[in-house]
Amino acid sequence: MRITNLLEIKSVTCTKQERCLFESLSFSLEAGQIMQIEGPNGAGKTSLLRIIAGFARPDEGEIFFDKKSIRQYYDEFAAQLLFIGHKTGVNGQLSAYENVCHWLCVHGCKVDKQAYDLLADLGLVGLEDVPVRTLSAGQQRRVALVRLWLNNARLWILDEPFTALDKKGVALLQAQFKKHLEQGGAILLTTHQDLTTHFDELKTLVLEYQF
Amino acid sequence: MAQHSYWQLFSSVYSKDVTLAFRQRSEIVNPLLFFLIVITLFPLAIGPEPALLARMAPGIIWVAALLSTMLGLDKIFRDDFNDGSLEQLIASPYPLSLSVLAKVSAHWTTTGLPMVIMAPVFALLMNLEAQALGATVLTLLIGTPLLSFIGAIGAALTVGLQKGGILMSLLVLPLYIPVLIFATSAIDTSSMALAYGGQLAILGAMLAIACVCAPIAISSALKVSVS
Repeated sequence: MRITNLLEIKSVTCTKQERCLFESLSFSLEAGQIMQIEGPNGAGKTSLLRIIAGFARPDEGEIFFDKKSIRQYYDEFAAQLLFIGHKTGVNGQLSAYENVCHWLCVHGCKVDKQAYDLLADLGLVGLEDVPVRTLSAGQQRRVALVRLWLNNARLWILDEPFTALDKKGVALLQAQFKKHLEQGGAILLTTHQDLTTHFDELKTLVLEYQF
Repeated sequence: MAQHSYWQLFSSVYSKDVTLAFRQRSEIVNPLLFFLIVITLFPLAIGPEPALLARMAPGIIWVAALLSTMLGLDKIFRDDFNDGSLEQLIASPYPLSLSVLAKVSAHWTTTGLPMVIMAPVFALLMNLEAQALGATVLTLLIGTPLLSFIGAIGAALTVGLQKGGILMSLLVLPLYIPVLIFATSAIDTSSMALAYGGQLAILGAMLAIACVCAPIAISSALKVSVS
């Protein structure tokens, strides 16, 4: 059964440094849908994602997840949210495995040996125990993206997930997107590249640069 | 969510910070070294007269402890803010104040606790009477976690700023004054062989309030800094 309107954004306005990024923006996302947010640099894509994730407060408007305001029920929303931003939350001093375990604990998931296999699947064989800062940018991104395989969140918010990834990595990631959508999740992402895999339920939102 | 998973979060955040501190040993060694340098410079500057040193010892030890706590404060949330871990802690189903409590405990373990352990040695360098040694260690044991809690509020408020260090000192130092007054007063009283339970009780009460209220204040401050 499909739950309609998993995420609902109601007339959200954001102003930064006296420049209006977007005004009375409304849209909704159903379970099983993926939405790609497009727009030039500075159009407010990241700001929008941060508002939806609840890190920043919109100047006006409100966001509902499962018909509940995320302000009021933030803990419930957070349990269903996976956010990977520009800053991926990967600590350079710790190893990939330690990073993944820490992240799992913080998000209340079970820690098991599965993490090692997953790191191997993502092409990080033999690199699980070296400090992440010694890895390449793409490999560091892969460490952050391991979370997509290990969470039980329904809503994924991804800010430029393909940055620094090679073609194989991009394909791997999109396959995982597809799996998540089939399981009834929803994805909100920004990217400058077009998605190479075909998604049935793809929505696009274009943000214009406003002066 | 089950109770053990709260514990899992606490221990994970705590052990991450302690592990990181041990990997970059300077974080543990620097405050301690600073503490030692201040203590050894004073006798050189004011003269090595034992009676004078013993008289000034409580004040010097406590001022040195206070300043060396401030050294590491800026780092307590800085790295997590820069690499995005802070956002992950906010977007976690657990209360942020619990993660904050773990981070402050880790900060105390790596900066405050070594000072408490080394304090008797430093007190001997200052010719502090044996009867005041117990009071010195006890006040530091109760006082340094208090310093970590108060300091973390300032660190959380200034973590979003490029050069928040000086502003943080200005915010935090006035709040350290009550701790300093009661702690040195306790050591003074004990060196006169009087009961110092009263001052310790007040320090303990302040620590109890800080334990409960500071994590809430810190997590609100962090949410403001992140947005």
